[in-house]
Amino acid sequence: MKLRLTTVMAAAIGGSMAITAASATDLTIVSWGGAYSASQQKAYHDPFMAKNPGVQILNDESSAEAVAKLRAMNEAGNVTWDIVDVVASDAIRLCDEGLAMEINPDEWLAPAPDGTSAADDFGDLLVSECFIPQIVYSTTFGYRTDMVGDNPPTDICAVFDTATYPGKRSLEKRPINNMEWALICDGVAAKDVYDVLSTDEGVDRAFAKLDTIKDDVIWWSAGAETPQRLADGEVVMGSTYNGRLFSVIEEEKQPVAMLWDWQVFDLDGWIIPTGLPEEKMQVIKDYIFFATDTQRLADQAKYISYGPARQSSAPLVGQHAELGIDMGPHMPTDPNNAKNTLLYNYEWWADNRDDLDAKFQAWLAK
Amino acid sequence: MADIAAQPFQAAEQDGPVLAADGRPLKASLARALRRQRLRAFMLVAPLLFFILITFAAPIADMLFRSVENQIVPDTLPRTVLALQTWNPDSGELPSEAVFEAMVADLKDAREAKTHTRVGQRLNYESPGISSLFRKSGRGVRRIEEGPYKEALIDVDDGWAEIDTWRTIAQFSGNYTDGYFLAALDMERTPEGEVTILPDEDRIYLFLFGRTFVLSIMITLSTLLLGYPVAYLLATLPLRTSNLLMILVLLPFWTSLLVRTSSWIVLLQQQGVINDFLVTLGLIADDNRLQLIFNQTGTVVAMTHILLPFMILPLFSVMKTIPPSYMRAAKSMGANDWTAFWRVYFPNTLPGIGAGAILVFILSIGYYITPELVGGTSGTFISNRIAYHISSSLNWGLAAALGVILLGSVLLLYWIYDRIVGIDNVKLG
Repeated sequence: MKLRLTTVMAAAIGGSMAITAASATDLTIVSWGGAYSASQQKAYHDPFMAKNPGVQILNDESSAEAVAKLRAMNEAGNVTWDIVDVVASDAIRLCDEGLAMEINPDEWLAPAPDGTSAADDFGDLLVSECFIPQIVYSTTFGYRTDMVGDNPPTDICAVFDTATYPGKRSLEKRPINNMEWALICDGVAAKDVYDVLSTDEGVDRAFAKLDTIKDDVIWWSAGAETPQRLADGEVVMGSTYNGRLFSVIEEEKQPVAMLWDWQVFDLDGWIIPTGLPEEKMQVIKDYIFFATDTQRLADQAKYISYGPARQSSAPLVGQHAELGIDMGPHMPTDPNNAKNTLLYNYEWWADNRDDLDAKFQAWLAK
Repeated sequence: MADIAAQPFQAAEQDGPVLAADGRPLKASLARALRRQRLRAFMLVAPLLFFILITFAAPIADMLFRSVENQIVPDTLPRTVLALQTWNPDSGELPSEAVFEAMVADLKDAREAKTHTRVGQRLNYESPGISSLFRKSGRGVRRIEEGPYKEALIDVDDGWAEIDTWRTIAQFSGNYTDGYFLAALDMERTPEGEVTILPDEDRIYLFLFGRTFVLSIMITLSTLLLGYPVAYLLATLPLRTSNLLMILVLLPFWTSLLVRTSSWIVLLQQQGVINDFLVTLGLIADDNRLQLIFNQTGTVVAMTHILLPFMILPLFSVMKTIPPSYMRAAKSMGANDWTAFWRVYFPNTLPGIGAGAILVFILSIGYYITPELVGGTSGTFISNRIAYHISSSLNWGLAAALGVILLGSVLLLYWIYDRIVGIDNVKLG
């Protein structure tokens, strides 16, 4: 009996090893989960696996803690992630820490269909040597259409106007974006915002403006909180990522509308961790080449309202796969939505984030 | 027979040490037996001990060590650190050409090893702006082939022409630093090297420590007030009823923490169940709904609910052991209900109160998810800042320093508790 058991086990182990050898490669891709991962699954993962039957893509939903986890994995000498989806500011930090590989766009990425090189097609969006942009998203405001009367807000400064628009506001619990909006509504020209914010007086000025609505703010730290509060009627307006507002408005049909004024553009994309085994690199390169080409980036916009990071993808953006509505007008980059915009100032915040965040937290606690 | 009986007698007669049956001194023999016993006991717990040491104690010690570690600066900039020793930071002048030359050489090496941005990040904690200075200089330094290095480096980024940049590097050039602990205590070292307390509007950590302790005490007291009668009921009701009640106590215990916290949001928010109910009853006006969550009230309410079983269970198991005859005896001797409870029953439950209070207090001091979700700004704890520095700002040194202070203050409180109440009086059942 004992002998037989051992034989069976040996056979099972041998068999499973044979299966592993045949099924070749697992690719662990880290992303944000929810609707965003679903859009990547449909636009990138499924077609890639159909094309490469030997590759199995495993999803990990750890992007929110990607920087800390990658650092810990790297220190332990055991990096188990192959491709990681992060926002641009995290990509810059990972690059600074030596945790992400430097990438030559023209070697790694497909050129546009008309032959434009990848570096030119992505253009200014290649904000770090380690970062492969995927989408442009924006942090912007949504408001309850049934709570603003006959006077729907069109101006970001409605956020600071509690007399015209009474009710709670939902703002992100960090200085980034809030400081910029406060200064713009305090009369600073958008191009001078960071010059002003670089001085102590400027910081005080931004806090003084935020002080005027401090009692009316509920702070959020997860992107799902504002849509939930808007749906509950808990807040009259709130900031969040534009894709989240899209799903509240178009998919859940809540009485919410977008306030695109002074939306802040940010980027999300891929990085490759350093220290991966050589034999994995070919599959990773294949995936990145495939998933960031012009058509694939445009495909993702069928499932979620984020703009593709390639210029050549923009004309290919079509209709939502299930709702059948045109996605163009819901893109943050649509000219009607992008009258006043800010681009996340990566370098300035990389320098000042720790300092201002301590000040911001101290201000919050007071 | 007589021989055996005589032996110990004889041994007692002797002047030397008491002997065991085999003729060895009894003391040594006893010690050997005890040693063997102790060894066996140790061998039995050894696997668990090593497991805890390797997977728990060692990583924590390593993490806590980061609160003083500063190796990255001397490791990345060895030549600069050496050259800076001859520079007087108070001279009001930039360091000499030799220091700049050393910095260029160090930066070139660091650029090769891709560590220049890491040292920039480290120094950016002390002086905002150094992060991009190093990032830019790492790119620009490749072009510098020959001297004069001072002009060349300043040409790459004029941050190098500022004395404060050099002062910061000189100040944080040692293998160890107190910078993180100072920051965790709302203090900083000026470029001149003096320790000063931050201006009032920038202070945060001491305030958060204080809030964490005050709220934790409030939570402990409210779990005690709510849990004591429940535990009493559980311990005195007939078995069938008390089993049912026990399940009601344990049911939330088995439910996901996130589910319980989120349901408090549904209940307590301004458009939530409780506010709706009060408005329907006409107790509050529709436009004047109570703010019950995203503040300290929210944290205390939700955490009291979540930690309640940790108070009820030790109380229950202690109360279960108190014989009902004690109360009957007290009453038969003329005590009224209150006196019998206060003088006889209550003192017997003290070990359970102690155990429950310590459990709840220590758990709530380190609590993180619930305050993050329902605490808003006025109900968050120091643990939320530690989590922020671990996962968001990546300032692990500061997180470690805050953790050391939190751990130290808990140990201190534990010691005070032991002195006042006595840890032997704590009973879990």
